[in-house]
Amino acid sequence: MRLLLELAVTHILGRGRQTVVAIAGVALGVGFSIAMASLMQGGEDDFMAQLVDTMPHVQITDERRTARRQPAEDVFALAAIAGLRPKEDRRGILNPAEVGAMLRAFVPGRISMSLRTQGVVRYAGRDVGISIIGIDPEEEAAVSSVAGDFLEGSFASLAGGGNNIIVGDRLAERLGARLGTTVTVVSSTGQSRGFKIVGLFHTGTTARDEGEGYVLLKNAQILSERPNAINDIRIKLDDPSAAPAVARRAEAQTGYKTVPWQEANESLLEALVIRNVIMYTVVGAIMLVAGFGIFNIISTITHEKARDIAILKSLGFTQGDMRRLFLVEGLALGLGGSALGWVMGFSLCYAMSLVHFELSGAAVGREMTRLPLAWSIWHYVIAAGFALASAAVAGYLPARQAARLNPVDIIRGAS
Amino acid sequence: MSPLIEARGLTRILPATVPVTLVRDVSLTIGEREFIAITGPSGSGKSSLLYLLGLLDEPTKGTLSLAGHATLGIHDEARAKLRLATIGFVFQFHFLLPEFTARENVEIPMRKLGRLSPGEMSRRATELLAAIGLADHLDKRPDQLSGGQRQRVAVARALANDPPLVLADEPTGSLDSTSSEQVFLILADLVRQRGKTVVAVTHDLDIASRVDRRIHLVDGKVVSDDCNKDKKAEPATPDAR
Ligand SMILES: Nc1ncnc2c1ncn2[C@@H]1O[C@H](COP(=O)(O)OP(=O)(O)OP(=O)(O)O)[C@@H](O)[C@H]1O
Ligand SMILES: [Mg+2]
Repeated sequence: MRLLLELAVTHILGRGRQTVVAIAGVALGVGFSIAMASLMQGGEDDFMAQLVDTMPHVQITDERRTARRQPAEDVFALAAIAGLRPKEDRRGILNPAEVGAMLRAFVPGRISMSLRTQGVVRYAGRDVGISIIGIDPEEEAAVSSVAGDFLEGSFASLAGGGNNIIVGDRLAERLGARLGTTVTVVSSTGQSRGFKIVGLFHTGTTARDEGEGYVLLKNAQILSERPNAINDIRIKLDDPSAAPAVARRAEAQTGYKTVPWQEANESLLEALVIRNVIMYTVVGAIMLVAGFGIFNIISTITHEKARDIAILKSLGFTQGDMRRLFLVEGLALGLGGSALGWVMGFSLCYAMSLVHFELSGAAVGREMTRLPLAWSIWHYVIAAGFALASAAVAGYLPARQAARLNPVDIIRGAS
Repeated sequence: MSPLIEARGLTRILPATVPVTLVRDVSLTIGEREFIAITGPSGSGKSSLLYLLGLLDEPTKGTLSLAGHATLGIHDEARAKLRLATIGFVFQFHFLLPEFTARENVEIPMRKLGRLSPGEMSRRATELLAAIGLADHLDKRPDQLSGGQRQRVAVARALANDPPLVLADEPTGSLDSTSSEQVFLILADLVRQRGKTVVAVTHDLDIASRVDRRIHLVDGKVVSDDCNKDKKAEPATPDAR
């Protein structure tokens, strides 16, 4: 084997310039793949972090996935009822206290029980439709990302006595209202109350900044004429990845439709998968091109060294030896290229991490000012893996040809 | 004890639209310590026969055993092994690896066989080269050697693994008369002193007249196979190696 390595090295060194080009090709492929993977992964991580941050990890609503069991089915063994649509239950989640206790018993995280209803905010002759969310300020602050988005006040401001409301800055703008303004809230049931604005938030999501109003739970219950009702339980978990398991258990225990964030964002997550597929396809294509460089040099060597191959075979080297020899040469180029590519990929990532762009205007909140980059050893391993695989294939094809070469043909041709 | 080479009805036909018969029904028995010349007109199949005997090519028909081993229908691996240990080849063209020195070229078959330690290999390569007058050229690459010197390095390489059989295809074909004589004497010495069997294809009538046995080919067929009378009586002593 040492002998084969020595032969491989002399062959490769004998073609200096081509070797440099082939290695550079692989290095470029590996380097750019690493940089691209880092960017893509960084963007994905960023996106996921925002998603996980802003969404409740598990949401329980008063809907049911299947219709309730019908009494007829209980009474008559032969009765079968199909095609039922679950009825919207005006009562919301029954027994909120019991459900809350049940959840608190096992959920590793924080829980906020609220009542969500539709209504209209009226001020200075303008009507804007909003979701009215009745909350417990303490619970909500522990669960909602809005807690970190306040421009004025906080959830706790709701508890300050009187009828208070917290709205988004855009809603206030549309209404022409300010902190301290008293607006009228009309619910879908026709109930109407005056609420003083005690807090303003800006999440960056227009739908929320323009369409959500937070009031105390009891106020929401009065507005919608549903005393003691709750129809929305949101859970923030310590470990977001546990959401599906928690949701499954919660749904089994409560019977209410329980959705983990992964399910709520299925299409977004699918888009991420597609993005990754595209990325690996591009990486594969780059490596394929790099592979052509290797193929080119190895097959040049096998042609140029046909006489050496004949000599070695006439001396007693096997076909397997010849295959291994050129496979080793291909892999050596792949390895050299990978090593250089790692350095290049690292440098590229480092250079990108220095890029810093200033956002003009009122850049607030989570807006990006740097390229999102993720550092992972796996990007390096995978890129090198692709490179070595393509080098192996690129080396193997000419190697097989060389191994089959009949020494007699060469010896006849030479003498 | 089985003969070194036992060929029965060896035939090699090149498959083509008009098949070419290179070697036609050749049967030979070659023992140890024989010095044989294969002669014949150009195109008579001398090289082709040598390639068959050296396991570089496979016969279309017939059987061939080498040092008691059947050689047909066996795996490439086993053929290569047999070639490595029992046959040394010398071609008309020297066929040395250009990137390696004379000594390294001689060491390659030994390293492939892997029976000796690196130190022993180097020592043996030096001895072999010194024995044929190349002691001063051990570390020269082929392009730094003359044609005769290269051919002698090729002979040394053929002897690297101490094979009982040396096959040479016009080993003196590209050399001047002085170098030819040198190489011939080395081959003769292999038989007389080292107990090898040497089979050499040659056009050189002078050489052909000085070997023990001459096999004459015409059109791929053996037309005569006779021993030189004066050499015939020489006794074979198998343990003289
Ligand atoms: N690949 C081939 N295709 C067609 N004919 C071939 C091929 N190889 C060899 N031959 C023919 O086979 C015959 C035997 O060739 P071979 O090389 O064995 O002859 P030779 O006796 O060694 O000749 P020389 O003395 O010129 O070296 C020749 O007539 C040659 O033309
Ligand atoms: Mg010939």
